[in-house]
Amino acid sequence: MIDKRVTSLTAALEGLGDGASILVGGFGGAGVPFALLKALEEAGARDLTLIINGIRYVEGFCPKIFGEQRVSKVVCSAARSRGPNTSNYERQWLDGKLEIEMVPQGTFAERVRAGGAGIPAFFTPTGVGTQLTEGKEIREFDGRPCAMERAITADFAFIRAMRADRWGNVRFRGTQGNFSLAMAMAARTTVVETASATDDPIAPDEVHIPGIFVHRVIELEDAAPKNPGEL
Amino acid sequence: MKPLTRHQIAWRAAQDLEEGTYVNLGLGLPTLIANYKPKDRDFMFHSENGIVGVGPLASEAEADSDFVDAGSQKITLIPGASISDSAMAFAMIRGGHVDVTLLGGFEVSETGDLANWDAKMTHKGQLVGGAMDLVAGAKSVRVTMQHTTKEGAPRLVEKCGYPLTGVGVVDRVYTDLAVVDVAKGGFIVREILEGLSREELQKRTGARLRFADGCGVLKAPELPGK
Repeated sequence: MIDKRVTSLTAALEGLGDGASILVGGFGGAGVPFALLKALEEAGARDLTLIINGIRYVEGFCPKIFGEQRVSKVVCSAARSRGPNTSNYERQWLDGKLEIEMVPQGTFAERVRAGGAGIPAFFTPTGVGTQLTEGKEIREFDGRPCAMERAITADFAFIRAMRADRWGNVRFRGTQGNFSLAMAMAARTTVVETASATDDPIAPDEVHIPGIFVHRVIELEDAAPKNPGEL
Repeated sequence: MKPLTRHQIAWRAAQDLEEGTYVNLGLGLPTLIANYKPKDRDFMFHSENGIVGVGPLASEAEADSDFVDAGSQKITLIPGASISDSAMAFAMIRGGHVDVTLLGGFEVSETGDLANWDAKMTHKGQLVGGAMDLVAGAKSVRVTMQHTTKEGAPRLVEKCGYPLTGVGVVDRVYTDLAVVDVAKGGFIVREILEGLSREELQKRTGARLRFADGCGVLKAPELPGK
C-alpha cells in the first residue's frame, strides 16, 4: 500500500546531512514550510546550500541557521532583510563568508522547473546586458540575444500545503503554491508539511502537485507565525 | 510650479492604461496606481507569485496570509481572478502575455536602459525579484520615478550609473515634472508640468530632450497623500 506519510520530523528529514542542498518553497509568507525549517534548525546540519526565493523567512523564523553559519551558499532573488539593520546573512555576505547567487525571479523559477523536467539548460532574454548574466553563454534567437541558464536540482525540497493525501498528492490554498510545484519536481527527496494528511484521496482534478513528485508527507499543527509575510 | 506628488504621478500613469489589458505593478510607487484605476475601464492586475486579478488590499476582517501579492501584502481577488504557480506566472511575463509593466526606477537612459534593482547599499543584501523578467517580457515597460534625486541629480541620463535591470527596454517615463517617451534618437517630452519652462526641464535632465509636436501640459487633480 502506498502511504508516504511519516510520523516524525526526524523521519521527514532522514538522510539530510552536512553538505545537503535544499529547495525551500514560499513567497510573501504564503507556503513557507515553517515546521520543516524549524526541524532543519534543530538538526544542526552544516555546509548547506539553500535554494529559496527570499532568504528573510529562514533568518526571521530560524535565526540559528545563519547565526551558527551553517549555510555556505544561497541561490535566491531576494537577499535583503526588512528594516534598516544588517541581518546575519547580509553581514556574512558582505564579509565574503556566504556565497549568494542572485537570480532574476522568473529565471529562478524556470531553472528549478527545468531541473525537474529533465531540461539541463535553456536560453532566456531575461537579464541580458546586466551583471546577472555576466560570463554566461549568449546566443541570438530571432534577432534577440538570450543567455544560457542551467537547470537546478537538489537533494531535498521543503513544501507547505493546505492538504496532502497518503499518495503524496498535494493541494494548495490561495497563493501557497508559488515555487513549490517546480521544487517538488526538482528534488531527489520532496517533503511536504501539512495540517491535513488524509486517507481520503484528493479529487484527481483538484491535485496541484501529483504524488509522483512527493516522497514524504508529515502532518503537524500549523507552525506558521501570525504574520509570516512580515518576517 | 508645483511638482506632482507620488500619488499624482500614479494617477497620471493610470490614465494611460487601456481597457482589457493585463498589467503588472512593481513595488513602491507603482502599487499606488491601483488606487487610480479609471472607473470606465476594466483591466486585470498580474502579480508575479501567480495571481491574475489582484484586487484591493484586504481589510483586517478579510486578511488571510495565504492570499498575498508580490509585495507580501494581504490582498483580495476580483471576480475572474486565477492563481497559478510561479513558473507559470513568469511564463505569462516572458511569453509576452502581460501588456504593461509599471516599475519604479533609479535611472533611465536615453536609449531605454533601466537601472532599478541595485542601489549598491553598503549594509544590506541585494534584491532583484522579478524586475529583469518583467522588462524582458512585458509588451510595454513604463517607469514611474522622481525626475531628480533628493540632491537634485538627474535620473533621466545619457548612460545609467547604477547596475542595469534591462537594456533598451523602457517605453515611457512618468515623473513629477514630465511624461517622457524613449524613442529612436532619445527622449521625447510628451507633457511638461504647468509653469515649468522647457529650459528648466532640460536643466534637470541629464540627456538632451526633444519636445513632441503638440507637447501637452502635465496636470493631475488634487489628491490626498504625498
